[in-house]
Amino acid sequence: MAENGATTTDWQVGTQIPELHVTPDKYLTVRYAGASGDFNPIHIDEEFAKAVGLPGKILHGLWSMAQVARAHTEAAGGPAHLKRLSVQFRGMGVPEQEVVVTGTVAEVDGTRVVVDTVAEQAGQQIVRNAQAELQL
Amino acid sequence: MALNTQAVGKTFTPTVYAVGREKIREYAHAVGETNPLHLDLGAARAAGYADLVAPPMFAVVYGGPALMPALFDPEVQMDFARMVHGGQEFQWGSLVIAGDEITTTLTAKEIYERDGRGYYIFESTSVNQGGEQVLRGTWTHIVRGV
Repeated sequence: MAENGATTTDWQVGTQIPELHVTPDKYLTVRYAGASGDFNPIHIDEEFAKAVGLPGKILHGLWSMAQVARAHTEAAGGPAHLKRLSVQFRGMGVPEQEVVVTGTVAEVDGTRVVVDTVAEQAGQQIVRNAQAELQL
Repeated sequence: MALNTQAVGKTFTPTVYAVGREKIREYAHAVGETNPLHLDLGAARAAGYADLVAPPMFAVVYGGPALMPALFDPEVQMDFARMVHGGQEFQWGSLVIAGDEITTTLTAKEIYERDGRGYYIFESTSVNQGGEQVLRGTWTHIVRGV
């Protein structure tokens, strides 16, 4: 994971990037609210979330997107390598359940690589149709 | 009710965000970053950076505030109660380093209705104190039942 270090991924079309597994703990949404400035109560207040018809506190979509970003910066060897990331948010992520980010190399053009990627929780996509562009 | 599209093309008041070292650390911990460039000043300096490097998705911290005036704009008239964050795209330029001052300018790019949903697409550009572009953002918000 050195900034300019070689990566272990073989960047060929069809190759999977290393999976990222992370389980957000019960208070993660509170820490992320503070860190990001997004204090929407659906993320931090169990009673409020239930009152508006949600199953309980839900993850911030942008935290989930950050996990997708992290899977790619870790695979590519540092933050400077991630040039673009586009995502759609669908479904709802919840705390205390493992999030898994997977990605498959879709294009390779010299040192520029495009990866199709998703984040899932219990088999349900919470970040979908995502695409990352890396400069190796 | 027809969707109000009069705000398309409108550019909102730019925001300026001063990037702090401890804010980068706080954000990096919250998203589970382990790369020492985001956490260890010595490691960041040894790699040639003046200070801690912001993770790419720190974009939401310095760029997000630019969205607020747009969401609350009377010409945009967005119904928050039925709004969801539908999608997001970021394109990164120069890395953001603690000590940077980032100016973000946001424009309402598209507002349209499809299948009973209102789509609000905003584009933002963020530059650092040296005038280098650090980010282009496309923020898609969807309002159900318009």
